[in-house]
Amino acid sequence: MTQSTLTINGHAKTIEAPPMKRLLDVLREDLHLTGAKEGCGEGECGACAILLNGDLVNSCLIPVLQAEGAEITTIEGLAIDKKLHPIQQCFLENGGAQCGICTPGMILATHHLLDKHPQPTLLQIQEGLSGNLCRCTGYMRIFNAVEAAALTGAAK
Amino acid sequence: MTNPHQIVGQSPLRKEGAAKVLGRAQYVDDITLPGMWYGATVRSTIPRGRISSIKLDPSFPWHEYTIVSAADIPGENTIVHLTKDHPCLATTHVNHDSEPILLLAHPDKAALPPAVAAVHIAYEVLPAIYTIEESEQQKEIIWGEDNTFKTYLMQKDRQPIPDEIWQQADFIVEGEYRTGAQEQLYIENNGVIAEYDPEAGVTVRGSMQCPFYLVHALTLVFNLPPEKCRVIQTETGGAFGGKEDFPSVIGSHAALLAMKSGHPVKICYDRAEDMAATTKRHPSRTRHRTAVSKDGKLLAGEIDFAIDGGAYATLSPVVLSRGTIHAPGPYHWPHLTVRAKAMATNIPPHGAFRGFGAPQSIFALERHMDKIAKVVGLTPEEFRRRNFLTTGDRTATGQLLSDPIDMQALLTRALKESNYHAKRAQFEKENPTRTIKRGIGFATFFHGAGFTGSGERRLASEVAIDVTPEGRPRLLVSSTEFGQGTNTILCQVAADALALPYEEVLIAQPDTAHVPNSGPTVASRTAMIVGKLVERASTQLLEKLRTEAALPTPHTAEDFKQAALRYTQQLGNLEVCVRYEAPGDIFWDDDTYSGDAYPAYAWAVYVAEVAVDTTTYTATVTDFHALQEVGRVLHPILAAGQVEGGVAQAIGYALYEKCIWQNGHLANNQMTNYIMPTSADLPPIHVHFEETPCHHGPGGAKGIGELPMDGPAPAILNAIEQATGIAFTEIPLLPEDIFERMTLTPDSGTEALNPAIAGPIFSETTA
Amino acid sequence: MRSNVTEYDLVAPTTLDAALQILADSPDPYTPIAGGTELMVALGAGRLQPRKLISLWNLEELRFIEVSGDAITIGAGSTFTDIRNHPVITEEFPLLTQAASWTGSIANQNRATIGGNIVNASPAADNPPALLAYDAELTIVSSSEERTLPYRDFHLSYKKVDLAPNELLQSITILRNFESYKTYIRKVGTRNAQAISKVAIAALARLKKGSIEDIRIGAASLREVPTRLPLTEQSLLNKRVTPETIAAARAALISESKPIDDIRSTAKYRTAIAAKLLEEFLQSL
Repeated sequence: MTQSTLTINGHAKTIEAPPMKRLLDVLREDLHLTGAKEGCGEGECGACAILLNGDLVNSCLIPVLQAEGAEITTIEGLAIDKKLHPIQQCFLENGGAQCGICTPGMILATHHLLDKHPQPTLLQIQEGLSGNLCRCTGYMRIFNAVEAAALTGAAK
Repeated sequence: MTNPHQIVGQSPLRKEGAAKVLGRAQYVDDITLPGMWYGATVRSTIPRGRISSIKLDPSFPWHEYTIVSAADIPGENTIVHLTKDHPCLATTHVNHDSEPILLLAHPDKAALPPAVAAVHIAYEVLPAIYTIEESEQQKEIIWGEDNTFKTYLMQKDRQPIPDEIWQQADFIVEGEYRTGAQEQLYIENNGVIAEYDPEAGVTVRGSMQCPFYLVHALTLVFNLPPEKCRVIQTETGGAFGGKEDFPSVIGSHAALLAMKSGHPVKICYDRAEDMAATTKRHPSRTRHRTAVSKDGKLLAGEIDFAIDGGAYATLSPVVLSRGTIHAPGPYHWPHLTVRAKAMATNIPPHGAFRGFGAPQSIFALERHMDKIAKVVGLTPEEFRRRNFLTTGDRTATGQLLSDPIDMQALLTRALKESNYHAKRAQFEKENPTRTIKRGIGFATFFHGAGFTGSGERRLASEVAIDVTPEGRPRLLVSSTEFGQGTNTILCQVAADALALPYEEVLIAQPDTAHVPNSGPTVASRTAMIVGKLVERASTQLLEKLRTEAALPTPHTAEDFKQAALRYTQQLGNLEVCVRYEAPGDIFWDDDTYSGDAYPAYAWAVYVAEVAVDTTTYTATVTDFHALQEVGRVLHPILAAGQVEGGVAQAIGYALYEKCIWQNGHLANNQMTNYIMPTSADLPPIHVHFEETPCHHGPGGAKGIGELPMDGPAPAILNAIEQATGIAFTEIPLLPEDIFERMTLTPDSGTEALNPAIAGPIFSETTA
Repeated sequence: MRSNVTEYDLVAPTTLDAALQILADSPDPYTPIAGGTELMVALGAGRLQPRKLISLWNLEELRFIEVSGDAITIGAGSTFTDIRNHPVITEEFPLLTQAASWTGSIANQNRATIGGNIVNASPAADNPPALLAYDAELTIVSSSEERTLPYRDFHLSYKKVDLAPNELLQSITILRNFESYKTYIRKVGTRNAQAISKVAIAALARLKKGSIEDIRIGAASLREVPTRLPLTEQSLLNKRVTPETIAAARAALISESKPIDDIRSTAKYRTAIAAKLLEEFLQSL
């Protein structure tokens, strides 16, 4: 067992866990943050995606020891003062979530995309989200949600 | 009564949407119960054989584990769907790879994989069969007497086709078409948590579509009455049919472990197990033989429709039924015979997947229609126009189409929206000199909503509405939400019928201890059948409050609340319950397979534009128009979302998703190897609706959930035929398949590619 | 999750020297793990054999990109995002930028390293063809020595590379020589994103008066290792692009390709498409 200190959604946390424990499992089991989901366990579906030092990563592929000292944002950390983050609001209003299982990862991928490209083209949106699989929507309403979020200046 | 807040037809926020975007929605793997253990399944590693021994590695700490075998089953060792052929746990024989044999539970999830590996099972291997053809040949009998789960014979007017029709036809066109299996690939794998109490019975919560199906399964496995089998649906991350019948398996397994271990037990599959072991779409083979007149009229059709059901019957008879009834499509057939059969193979049993037999038979039909058009010398459009059903016609089962239909107008509109004629001409002109060949094609089809024939009458679905202590109405239905919008549309219907704001209406989590059986959430029936019941229940609730609690007319939301509170204070619990009443105008004969097959049909025309890159032989859909007449669009955003998502899945079905079995084991059981489209692979999907209200559904709504699965695959292959000049007849159609076909050389004895179509940069045929 | 993570040890030294010392000292071999996008998949699937791992993630001696007058040196610990973001790579080594952009997904590019991609040595790996075309040179270090090696000599056979258990790949150097070259790279995958390649070609050619003065072609999935295509290159050197030279080049490519049938594609398809990609490249010159 090793001790790792991470900042999760702005709060410093010390975790005692085997160093190879997947960050996804640390979030879900040790920290009870179940927003990140396991859809495939192989970094293909993006349902486990979180932001690590501002970078979009698949948490099912990160040993917790390598996240030592990192600032992590999960879906639970996105809402602002108990109100929905603009990206969340846009997903809600535009039908961007159907069954919702891909939604936390998809919203964080959107956040990451808008950070890099505040006014993304459709091609940039497609590329930015291509690591997040959605089986329900056919992506159309997700693109709408991202475009709407871009219009609100959600990157800020 | 007018409702200033009318919400049906608007797009209010999804009822459970905020929880989903906040990441707070509780899916089964997010839930932990006190004292919970974890379960795992020991599965067969061969596709068919006799179990000769099961040995537990003696050096392993088995005392820490609970082990369940078939001997522990208190009731029947069966997972009931329609027949009792499917064991809950295998005993002497296995009939498919990954068949469940033993169950293990342990408090530490990580202790399970080594335990599974420490169970050594020896088999006497028997020869296995994997295809419809092998099953038909009957060299091995693996099910029943002749490997046949079910057959249907559907004859127009219940008559065989007179010989003269064939003798006198100007053309007889034949074709054979095949579709492959498809994995539902919900992003949330199957999972349940079960509890057992000797007094209270079994409780299972989990990811599922049909809580009462699991109740039924549990009553047999545990020999308990339904009241002692409680099932609760948790937030479900996609289903598409893959969680219709399968939860009966995983739910029974977890409950057995809970019973024997004395602890709640969670079983959540990982992706590799879910893909290898759970149900897929039935592969199919359809043979068409069609008599046509030289002016392009259908005279007679013989359709042989066969599906591969896998090792056990599960829902194959019903999939076969729907495929059979949809096989003739939206056309007038003066004579028609459909012979259908569902065959057994040593593959994990196939089950429900959106469309449920219709995508299979409609693929064949719509490809065949383009073939017939070519033979007769008509355009695909003109040929269909000469044969469409219209208002007042009878379908192949003899159902009178009394609701207005206008396929002619739908086709005109779809071709206009997609700019079909101009594009077809443009591609025709450009393709000979282009490396990237383009094509545009369409499919015209229908999809019946609700259960077949007397199914809805037999289901006798119920819906209830009660009020909370705060005086808010709460819908009690067993219809489940799994992304398609059940919660939202039922609350919209109730809100309008109760003349209340949408935000006032609640819907209870489907918990069989508290909700009546509204039937399964399948068959595109929720909006139409259950929605109608919600409407009736709402009306009854208002009546009750008016008569017994002085609810004024008209009323405000506050009036309603006050009346509800008055009622509960003075008269006790306020709840109304309504049951489905079969409308007098639906008649169906199960024996002759004739009559009114479905209460209502949605009608559609889908147009696909494709690009085939002759450098890589990759076909991509570049644009898509989906036009459908659905009665009433209850929620524009949800409805469009259903179509877009279904089209995306169907594009996968046509061009990307292939199940590769090796010795009956799914070899590509990972997301990296089972290819579903990403956001970078799909075209813009343009959705268009028309509304011809149908009296069966609330506001005139019919069903739309499955319809989008039916049209894209044949439309895409029709388009690819224009692009390449090749009539592909099988899906999934992969680049390797296009390559094989396009590079056949003349001396291999089949149609070689016309260089004028292939273009100048194409050296294989001249090599 | 099919592994018991308590059975694994992961150490994370803070310097490259410390890491090399551990590799030199320990009797049981440590397996390096950088971004983890390969090894963690194996862990999840219950098939990560090595039980002792040493983390190379974010070591500053490995994660850097240095530009000098005549060369660029990319630390093996650079992620694909690092590579995509670097202006000199974008400007002068477009094959590498393109290859990096279609390696996995953005989330994977933020973690996967070029060193990992090379050392994992899948014949289908996305970046080797570009590195082979650019004639990359590797710098390999241990606690006792440093050596350089042409990348084209690194892959010995299927998943076997010229790297001892106590050695680490430190960096990849490419000369800034390619300004006058025409470039071509194309990957054929199972879909447009997040796809393992069925076949890929990365090529560079320098022409003088219509004649091919220098040509380099790197390929994925045509042999059991990422490979250059020497016979094909030979058939084109000092030639003009004509239907005859194209035909000869195609024949040479077909003769030196030995792909396999696997779950993703067929040998026949791979060979045929590789030849077509070659032809597409030659037609563009």
